[in-house]
Amino acid sequence: MKKRISFSVALMLVFSGASISMAKADMASSTVLANTCFSCHGTEGHSAGAMPTLAGKPAKLIEIALKAFRDGKKPSTVMQRIAKGFNEDEIKSLAEYFATVDK
Amino acid sequence: MSKFSRRTFNRMLGGGAAVAAAGLAAPAIVHAAGAKVVVIGGGFGGATAAKYLKRFDKSIDVTLVEPSTHYMTCPFSNTVIGGLNPISFITKNYDALRAMGVKVVHQLATNVDGAKKQVTLADGSTLAFDRCIVSPGIDFRWGYVEGATETIIDHVPHAWKAGPQTLLLKEQLTAMPDGGTFIISPPPNPFRCPPGPGERISLVANYFKTYKPKSKILVLDPKKKFSKQGLFLEGWKKLYTGMIEYRNQDNDGVVRRVDAAKKMLITDFGEYKGDVINFIPAQKAGAIAATSGLADKTGWCPVDQKTFESTLVKNVHVIGDASIASPMPKSGFSASTQAKVTAAAIAATLKGETPGTPKFVNTCYSLVGPDYGISVAKVYDYKDCKIVAIKESGGLSPMGADEDFHQQEALYADGWYRSISQDIWG
Repeated sequence: MKKRISFSVALMLVFSGASISMAKADMASSTVLANTCFSCHGTEGHSAGAMPTLAGKPAKLIEIALKAFRDGKKPSTVMQRIAKGFNEDEIKSLAEYFATVDK
Repeated sequence: MSKFSRRTFNRMLGGGAAVAAAGLAAPAIVHAAGAKVVVIGGGFGGATAAKYLKRFDKSIDVTLVEPSTHYMTCPFSNTVIGGLNPISFITKNYDALRAMGVKVVHQLATNVDGAKKQVTLADGSTLAFDRCIVSPGIDFRWGYVEGATETIIDHVPHAWKAGPQTLLLKEQLTAMPDGGTFIISPPPNPFRCPPGPGERISLVANYFKTYKPKSKILVLDPKKKFSKQGLFLEGWKKLYTGMIEYRNQDNDGVVRRVDAAKKMLITDFGEYKGDVINFIPAQKAGAIAATSGLADKTGWCPVDQKTFESTLVKNVHVIGDASIASPMPKSGFSASTQAKVTAAAIAATLKGETPGTPKFVNTCYSLVGPDYGISVAKVYDYKDCKIVAIKESGGLSPMGADEDFHQQEALYADGWYRSISQDIWG
């Protein structure tokens, strides 16, 4: 598993209790996003059952699949319902996350 | 040693000096190293939280308090009741969490004190914390229906907490003669696992169809409707024609009295005698929520929906079934996804960072038969200080889907269970 820096990207210094908060986009971090996938696709995308393993799949492949699910172009049971809950940036972020995990 | 004292913990600390300093004065630099988090409850919420705290920041000192050495999951407990899986299939332990460095204490936590930052255990010892996560699951509102007291459960099991109750209900069904009647009374809202009663009815029907085809199932539901109703009714019609009678609120489904000795449920207009009775009582947050001032007058725990910190007790977070996280349902999946968000928020806070924006997913699979699965899913954003369901996302399996679709969903139900079990306890 590669070390990822997304969860704590900044070294926070706190002086006399006054904290400097990190300016963050309103989007969930790739870690928080990806964690929601683990419940079905396994920890870090290593599936323990019927769902496909996502770990180490090319980012483009995951992105294309998620968009196709979202747009109803790829048949599925539940993924077309779930993919509709993620926007373009989130889909890219997820795809990149799983692509960087060791197979 | 009778106590898990602060001193004991400090001895175990890697970065003890920094923490000692942090506790005394405004520090120059705040580290999460050695910060103490106590997690109460080793189910889907608590075990996930303990594991993910360690994943996010190894230096956090995590203690999981859970009375059982072996935890049995409610998800897939209906497959045990229906004879499809042995109890070992749903039994988890805490070895993997221990291997990650989580301290597991097999005791009952009796109180959480947010002001003193201290958890009290059943033997009187205490655990100090910087942050506490409470994931106590549910408790029952005994007495909500006349005759429904805790003393009946040896005769009339609820089987809504998995374990001995699961096995008792299974034994009763196994002992029941062919041609007998099984009566199930689901609870009023809100309750743990909304589609659970429908799945239980289904898998008992499957057992009857296979081994006791003359038997009947009567459902006495105090509600007007139930989760995935259309999909369950569609499946029952295909698989269990004529076996299940469903009565709702409008059709004398409200149980007014339980007569455990006579194995009878009494409604406004009828007395229903069963060979096996599964009365599932009304519910509230697990006991420690009320004793620690975490629950409001509804019996459930209000929380900041970004970090799941209690709005009633500072430094204490409540996740899973016990929390008020609507629109998310009370499911194992919800509890686990909330646990990850909460663990991330706490890990960030302990480092002096601002917790990030959360995102949640819930998917609930149910088995209508061994090869017939259905599902409901939803994705949630955090907006305007609330968890908001994304309208376009999720929803139910389509009505009228073919055999292949339902077979796939049955396989995915199994796949989900294996992956989430591995993700939490593996």
